[in-house]
Amino acid sequence: MTTNRFGDTVVLTGRSLKHVTRSLDTILTTAVTPIAMMLLFVYVFGGAIHRGSGSYVAYLLPGILLITIASGIAYTAYRLFLDLQGGIFDRFHSMPIARSSVLWAHVLTSLIANLISLLVVVGVALVMGFRSGAGPLAWLAVVGILILFTLALTWLAVIAGLSAKTVDGASAFSYPLIFLPFISSAFVPTATMPGPVRWFAGNQPVTSIVDAIRDLLAQQPPGSQLWIALIWCVGIFVVAYCLAMVSYRRRIR
Amino acid sequence: MISDAAVRVRGLEKSYKDLPVLRGVDFDVARGSIFALLGSNGAGKTTVVRILSTLLRADAGLATVNGFDVTTQAPDVRGSISLTGQFAAVDEILTGRENLVLVARLRHLRDSGPIADDLLRRFGLTEAAARAVSTYSGGMRRRLDLAMGLIGNPPVVFLDEPTTGLDPQGRLAMWQAVRQLAAQGTTVLLTTQYLDEAEQLADRIAILHGGRIIVTGTLAELRKVLPPARIEYVERQPTLEDVFLALVEGDTGSGGTAVVGGGTDE
Repeated sequence: MTTNRFGDTVVLTGRSLKHVTRSLDTILTTAVTPIAMMLLFVYVFGGAIHRGSGSYVAYLLPGILLITIASGIAYTAYRLFLDLQGGIFDRFHSMPIARSSVLWAHVLTSLIANLISLLVVVGVALVMGFRSGAGPLAWLAVVGILILFTLALTWLAVIAGLSAKTVDGASAFSYPLIFLPFISSAFVPTATMPGPVRWFAGNQPVTSIVDAIRDLLAQQPPGSQLWIALIWCVGIFVVAYCLAMVSYRRRIR
Repeated sequence: MISDAAVRVRGLEKSYKDLPVLRGVDFDVARGSIFALLGSNGAGKTTVVRILSTLLRADAGLATVNGFDVTTQAPDVRGSISLTGQFAAVDEILTGRENLVLVARLRHLRDSGPIADDLLRRFGLTEAAARAVSTYSGGMRRRLDLAMGLIGNPPVVFLDEPTTGLDPQGRLAMWQAVRQLAAQGTTVLLTTQYLDEAEQLADRIAILHGGRIIVTGTLAELRKVLPPARIEYVERQPTLEDVFLALVEGDTGSGGTAVVGGGTDE
């Protein structure tokens, strides 16, 4: 059964990747908004916000990457919702395949599509003057955090896709996630924020993840922020996965 | 007789919240036969099919498919069946051929390519093979749906309202395909709301009403339920279907328009 699960997941991932490659606009629209924000913040607001040493692109990039992921995973909820509506989900479930592979295929597709979008965004950042002297190990850690964050948010998207009543509902859940980086250290240091906002910004997941990635890329020891970031990612991943399984079981009964 | 049943259902019950849909359904489907489950919209036909294809769990009762219990041996049941749905469950973005290859791969068959090409030919979809399914007509989609269901030659096939929404020709083609399937020894359980469809295709017919099977038997047996036929003399007019099929099939793309009645309207 284990070999089946792996083989079935590969076959079904191939299927949903074709959905992505045949509507490349999903990758582009995922990347366009974060790129526009990056341009806006660097070339319009940047002069006013810039906090001294280092380039603002480098400061901004980690938050922009998280926004990219938050808008990318909405497509997972959308595709999953359409599979449920169209009946192909039922067809797969009435076939002698490993049932878990149906959801994992969507999750892996989300991971691959988001990594491509992230590459596009990093490419634009390089053109805008972003440079990092980080070694392979630090980059590996950054990629690892981004993969974990994508997986965690994708399982949130799976919950939305499984429980939504309409197409709009399936993707609307990502808007608060896209907004979350604004109330964090992604664009400006939290020190300038008023008390309660600063407390929220300091204790929500985006700040620690952004700080950890920023330190890694700037060749500084990330310290405790890295561990807090990892705990957030793994925590969201586990909780979202369990809730997704609950709504999945409810759905197939 | 009963031990030979491909599908066996006893005392099946299912409620959605407080609404009872099935209140004790019993029937048997003999191997290699075509069995029609007849009922109006909302009678619970789809619910029966979803329980038999392990997509839904019954509240009470027993159901076996190909000798396997749908609750305790669900993977074996899934290995014995295929389900083609009322809302053709095909992938819109993939091409017709890719849909077939996908199912063949998921059934762990080698030679998924040749299997797909063979089915495309049998169902008259070779020319459309490389087109995305979103460009297909309703009839083509339904044929592809059925073709996907035949991959791996499952011994039991469930067809949930196979001709709903099809034009008369598509309907006849679907009937033909179902007959061929039964001729090869496949057991077919189909649900329908069309009386003539059950009459045309089924070896046995069961009428599902009010959550129970109120009558089951062959067409001849069902006829005996009513008072014996009276002989009446009726002038047999061609039905609209006869006219439609005669006109459409006679005219194979010549572009001509048949004018009926001869009236010039200027």
